[in-house]
Order: sequence, then structure tokens, then C-alpha cells
Amino acid sequence: MQNLFLNSPKNTGKFLKISVIKCLLSFLMILSISACETNEIETENEQMQTTTQGYAEHIFNSIDVEPRELKILTHDSFDISEKIIKEFETAYNAKITIFKAGSSGSALSRAILEKSNPSADILHGIDNTFLTKAINENIFIEHKSPWLKNVDPRFLIDDSYHVTPISYGYVIINYDRQHLADLGLNPPDSLKQLTEPDWKGKLVIQNPATSSPGLAFLLVTIAEFGDSSTSEYSYTDYWEDLKSNDVLIKDGWSDSYYTDFSLYGGDRPLVVSYATSPAAEVYFSEGKYAEPPTENLFIDGASFLQIEGAGILKGSQNQELAKLFINFMLQRTFQEDIPTRMFVYPVNKFAEEPEFFRFAEVPTLPAKISPQAIEKSRETWIKTWTDILLR
Amino acid sequence: MLRISLTLLPLIFFIAFFAYPLFKILIYSFASSEDIAIYPFAEILTDPYYLGRIWFTVWQAFLSMILALLAGLPIAYIFSKYEFTGKSFLQALTTVPFVMPTIVVAMGFITLFGNDGILNTGLSKFLNLNEPLIKINNSLTMILIAHTFYNYSIIVRIVSSIWTNIDPELERAGSILGANKFQVFTKITLPMLLPAIISSALLAFTFSFSSFGVILVLAGPKFATIEVSIYQLAVKLMDLPSASTLCIIQIIFTYSFMILYSNLQNRYSNWINIRPSKNTYKPKKNKRDKIFIILGVIYILILISPLIALIARTLSFEIGNTQSHVSELFSNQKGSYFYLNPIATIINSFKFALGTLFISIILGTISSYLVANRTNRAKNHLIDALLMLPLGVSSIALGLGYILAWNTPPFDLRGSWIIIIIAHSLIAYPFVMRSVLPAIQQINPNLREVATLLGSSTKKVFYKIDLPLITPSLIVGSTFAFAISIGEFGASLLLVKPEFTTMPVAIYRFLGLPGDENLKNALVMSSILMCTVIIGFICIEKLRYKNIGTF
Repeated sequence: MQNLFLNSPKNTGKFLKISVIKCLLSFLMILSISACETNEIETENEQMQTTTQGYAEHIFNSIDVEPRELKILTHDSFDISEKIIKEFETAYNAKITIFKAGSSGSALSRAILEKSNPSADILHGIDNTFLTKAINENIFIEHKSPWLKNVDPRFLIDDSYHVTPISYGYVIINYDRQHLADLGLNPPDSLKQLTEPDWKGKLVIQNPATSSPGLAFLLVTIAEFGDSSTSEYSYTDYWEDLKSNDVLIKDGWSDSYYTDFSLYGGDRPLVVSYATSPAAEVYFSEGKYAEPPTENLFIDGASFLQIEGAGILKGSQNQELAKLFINFMLQRTFQEDIPTRMFVYPVNKFAEEPEFFRFAEVPTLPAKISPQAIEKSRETWIKTWTDILLR
Repeated sequence: MLRISLTLLPLIFFIAFFAYPLFKILIYSFASSEDIAIYPFAEILTDPYYLGRIWFTVWQAFLSMILALLAGLPIAYIFSKYEFTGKSFLQALTTVPFVMPTIVVAMGFITLFGNDGILNTGLSKFLNLNEPLIKINNSLTMILIAHTFYNYSIIVRIVSSIWTNIDPELERAGSILGANKFQVFTKITLPMLLPAIISSALLAFTFSFSSFGVILVLAGPKFATIEVSIYQLAVKLMDLPSASTLCIIQIIFTYSFMILYSNLQNRYSNWINIRPSKNTYKPKKNKRDKIFIILGVIYILILISPLIALIARTLSFEIGNTQSHVSELFSNQKGSYFYLNPIATIINSFKFALGTLFISIILGTISSYLVANRTNRAKNHLIDALLMLPLGVSSIALGLGYILAWNTPPFDLRGSWIIIIIAHSLIAYPFVMRSVLPAIQQINPNLREVATLLGSSTKKVFYKIDLPLITPSLIVGSTFAFAISIGEFGASLLLVKPEFTTMPVAIYRFLGLPGDENLKNALVMSSILMCTVIIGFICIEKLRYKNIGTF
């Protein structure tokens, strides 16, 4: 056995090492070239994106390397087309695994708990209600994607560029058109009206302590009515009134929508849901509905803008690839797939929305609360709310 | 040597996959707060909200247990004393509730009990009413009914597995000596059944105690239990110290209750004579017996009614559409990355279930023997209660613990299928223990002694005497382990790779988006789940120990 080693020429060692170094150098050069390439293109329009990918594809296919694994941690509501993932995988010689880790809160808790040893490279699903927490916990690295140029500035929630916005949605009350018509009621034109006798026992909401639309609705009432230090009729008064008006609280969106919303056999014609839900009802009705059976309750200030984004986890071993994927998430192919998958809106200005999204009109004046204010008082607000409604 | 390593097995499993992760998350929570551990305790124990939650958890679990007993014992009687066609099917049917995702069960309940539901529309038409008669939506009544619905099968299966084989000689002797039917039951039958009844009651109690999904979906957060509060604190409010404090309180409560039950069970256990069920079944000669059976079957069907309502609802979507639906489900129409063919999801569910079955049967049986060992009487209930702990402890705390434990190579179990089976087994093996323990405690020691006298080694005694005698209980334990794995209790917060998607996960995915199509898909998949699970249960039933026959 030892003879083998004795006979090998001493030079082979050095020779091998040099060729490995050459390989690495050329690899790095190509990486920086392709990175530069994308920077140059940022000022031109979307069509260049396919050229970049084609270029990258060509380069990477000519190197015989093992596909690098990229792990993405996200929440249960995430969905995307298989072919889009495959597109990235072939273009960048990657193998993508997407883990679902429960609700967006669970995914974030997980990422925070395993800060020192993350189980994924990218965390997707941070929304503006948890943004400040995620940043304070220092779990992301900075990445300013060049494709942010194509994003409307009001969606740029993080000026430290740790979280990149990917999609946005609106939490808003939906009402069952037929049911209200049967009752002879016109939809309410203000939040305050929900405390009137006509609307007793007609609303189902979700628990803000466990549900993100539930929290969004609570924030809407806080933005609208303020707290006791700033106004006479504060949000606590509003919730007391809602409680006496028999508001139903459920733990999650699925529970409230499929068991208590009148559209599915429940007895509440008003439910806190999303601005895209009426459109989704049409999309999933298999031709039964030409128009949505439900409508969004468009009242100024009575909707909440939820912006969702992704960040690259510190401690990831694949930061360069992760950056490429985040860029990819902002490009048109990915963005245009989002509406029919997750029923939220794409942040990319140039992404076209599907036809049936004409039923998903966007509220003009959502409630305004900053992520910092939310982070500061979220716990107090939830606790106060729980005190009023669940005790 | 073998004996020592066997007895160590459940302890190692317990420490490695329960105590260690729990320990990690508790330490982490307290280390992450500035003050020492004392503060959250004082805060929580003086907060009337949390005290109210704890009290509610305890008494609703107690009430649910009593209701389950009341509902289950009559059925146990029918299953034990009578043999009739379709019995296997009915037995399998009674265990199905365990497996169904809570939201699906909730939809079944609403379809049945809701204001626009079957019962109300029927009653309104019949009695010419304007308003629905039964208004129990979102109330305590609904929770109790739901708990009974989930738990009665525990009582039925465990009690009947012992009752079937009790030697009727003692009862007949009692009758001959002048006791009337009531006296025979209370003085002879009941004492023999008590260990099984207490054992199953403990399970029903613990299950309701740590109940999570059912309550929330059917009644909302007004009726939150400790488990729900732990979830809210840990995951949404990210207040780990308070969550961990509640978790410790939960552990203390669960442990105390279990010691109590274990004590009771030990006290009443005594050996009994076993006869094959062929000999214990009552002959169905007279009309009264036949009517009894029919009434029993109707009673069971009433208890299963929410599931029947669900199937009715699925089928009510025009039959033609249902067929095209099923074929649609089997192809990735929308091209999702996360799509998995329903057959593949069922196979995944079954794979995990078989793994869980394997591990929990071995662990459960060994644990039962550990506890049934009479030489160490004093310590027995402490160990018994300890080994039962995983069932009563917050699965969320455990899930968080798994994030902190076993996360570095070579033991990086995150995202692997191993941890999923382990998490399921942790909840499943207490069920096996509770099913098998009464059976072991009631084996007539004479049988073992005679066998040893005649020259059998310990191993042979086990295989030839113990195993056939505890097989009915083993089968019941297996059925529950299987059901628990399919229903995925206790696997919260675990990372799931898309290729490991199981049926309940697929169902929940559909219910995460609005729309008729999604609802129909969820219902169709739930029905497929129900059918495959029933088949699975019947298969387990048919597994009988080699040449013992219908024991």
C-alpha cells in the first residue's frame, strides 16, 4: 500500500493544486462578471433579464460543477410554480429546497431561535408587522438588490436593505352580497357603524394574538380610533362596543372563513379577509361565478397594507446564490406567478396581473401605522385587546 | 444483559427525544430574559386570566372524560359481548375521528349542528319553526360534544379489549350464588374492568387537557386552554419565558394527575382469567339481544354523525363533478411546486405511520413491563407517570426544543423524516402503554409459573404466554399509534420538505385559500383519508398472533 505513495511523483501535488486554483479564479471571475452584467442592465427595461439568464445558463452549463443547494424557509401559505423554480435551478446550477414552517410567525420564531445555526439560507415571509422585530434580532445580512429599481417606493419598507419586499396584500372586511341583500341591509360605510344594532352578530374576526389578518384588523382600529391618550373614543371603547355587539372571534382565517362566514354555511355575513378573496372566489368557482359572490368593504382607513418580504439569513453558506435568488424573486417571471399562487399582489411595477384580478380592486386609503410603532406597542395592544374581549 | 438493554431503551428514547429538547428550550427561555426565572412564575400565577385558563383546562378535561366514559362504556359492552357482521368495520369507524384534521371535523360539526345545518333544517321543517332550534355554535356544549366525539373511541377500544376476554365463569358463579344482574355487574365485572377503565379515562383526560385544534376551531379563543396560551406566547408574541412557565405548570399538573391515576390503576389491578372471545360472546338467540345490537349500532352511528354529514356534503356536489374532481386532484393542474399526487401523500402518511407503529409498539410494551413489575411497587407510579408525560406536555414547546436540540451534524435532524417519526412516536407510545398495561397486570401469574416449572425460558414464557394474552390490547394500541401518526398530533413546528407532504397537510393547504374548488378538494381528500384509514384499521385488526385464533 505504501508503495503507491512512494511512487507518485512529487510534482503531481503541486500540479493539482495549481489547476484547482486556476479553476477557482476563473469561477470567481465569471461570478463577478455576471454580477457586473446585472448591474449594468439595471437601468434598462425588463427584457434584458432573459438575456442575463441565458448568459448565466451558458456559463454555468459549461462548468461541470455539482449543483449547489439553496434552502428557503417560508410559511404555509407560500406557493409557486414548479417550472419557475426549475428555471432558476437550471440557470444557476442550483438545487432548491423550500421548507414550510407553519405560520409566518412560526417561521420567524424558528429563524430567531436558530440564529447561530440556521437551517436555511433565505427566510421568506417577513411582513411589516414583524419587520422591526426581525431586524432587531439581527438575523439577516444586507442585500440591496438591483431589481429594487422596479419596485414602487412605498413598498420599500426596509431602508437598511435586510429585508427585500416581494409581494403585498390588503387585509379588508369581505361581505356576502346575497346574505346582506336577503337581510335588506346595505354594506356599512364606516367602521363605527359595525357597533350599531343592525350589525349585531354579523361580524367574525380572527384573534390578533394568533392570526396575521386578525392583527391587521386590530391595527386598523388603532389607526382609526387611536388610544385613550389621543382621542375621546379610543380603540378600547370601539372594541368594548364590538364585544357587546356580539363579534365572533376565531383563531385563524380558515376557521372563520370556512365555518362561520355565511358563504359557506355559517351565520356571519362579514368576515375579515383579503382584498383578493372575492377574485379568488371567482377563480376557484369552476365557472359557477361570473362575478364574485362577495365584495370588499371599501371604507377609507379600514384596510391594512401587508408587505411581505424575504431576507438572507446570517450564517448561510450560500450567500451569493441566495442573493441571486432574491434578485430572481423580484423579476417578472416570478412576480407574475405570485397572484394565482398566493393571491397577493406583486411589488414589481412591470409585472402584469392576471385577468380575474379586475375583481381584486385595491383599496385607495389603507390604514397608516409604521413598522416601528407596531414593534413598540404590538404586545401591549394585543394584551389590551385580549383583556377586553377574552376575559 | 438483554433485559437491561431492553429496559434502558424507552428511558434512552425518553431522555434523548423528550427530556433533552424540553430542557434545552426551557433553559433558553429563561436565559433569554433579563430577570431570573422567578418573575414569570409570580406574574402568571397571580394573573387571573392565566389562572382562569388553567382552571378551565382542568375542568373541561374532567368533564370531557366523564362524557367519554358515559358514551363509550355501553358501546364497549356491545363490542365485547356480541359478535355480528360488520363489527370490524364499525370498530374501525369508531376510531376514525382521531385521524381527521380538526378543521375538517369542525366542518362536519357545522354541517350537522350549524344554524343552517342538517339537524336544524330537518327539525325546522318537521316542527314548522322559524328559527333554528339547536344553537350551540361556538359554545362550551360544542366543545364537549367534540371532545366526546374524539375520545369515546379510546374508552371503547381499550375497555372492550379486556372485557372481550374475561372469563364469564365468575359472573355465572355469582348469579348462581344469588346475585342479581346489578350486583353481578358492580361486584364482579366492574372490579375486573376497573384498570382498563381508569387507564382509558386517563388517556381521555390527558387528551382533552392538552387539546389544541378542536377547541379553537369549534369555539374560538374564548375557550383557550393552557396549550393555546403557550402557542400564542411562544409563536406569536415571542414571549418565551412566559410560555415556558406555562409549560412547566402544565407539566406539573399533568404529572400529578398521572400519578393519581396510575396509583388508582395499580390499586385495582388483579389478575383475571382469560377466555377466547368465542366462548365469552353471548348467543344472539332471543329478540332482546338482537334489538340491543341494533340499538347499539344506531348509537354508534349517532356518535359518528358529523363524519357522515361530511361525506354527505362531499357527495352533494353534483356526482358528475365529484368524479372529475377526483381525477383533477390526481394531476398537477396548476403546476405548483408543492403539489404532491394524493396517492403519494397517502403513501407518505402510511410510511410515517408504519415507522411510528414499529417504534411505539416496542417502546410502549417495554415501558408497560417496566411499570407492571410488581417488585418495585412504590416507584411504579412515578415511572409510569413520567413515561406518560410526553402526551400531556405542550407539543409546541417540544417543537421549539427540537429546533435547539439535534441541530448540529452529525445529528442534524432538522427537516429529516426521522424527527417526524420520533415526534409521532412520543405521543403514540403512551397510548400503547395505556392499552397494554392493564392486560399485563391482569395476567394470572400462575400461568407464568407453571410454564417456568415445565421448563420454559423467560423468552419462551413471554412468547407463549404473555404475548397471546396481551395481543388484543396490543392491537388496540397499534390502532391508536397508527391513527395518531396519520392525524399528526404533536408534530407542530417541524420542518417539512415538500416530498414528505402528508394527507392532513394537503387538506390544510386547500383550506388556506378561499373558493368552492378548494373546499371541494379538501372534502374529497378528507373522504379519501377516511377510507384509506378505515382500511388500515381493519388490516391491523386482522393481524392475529399465529395460532391462537380469535383471542
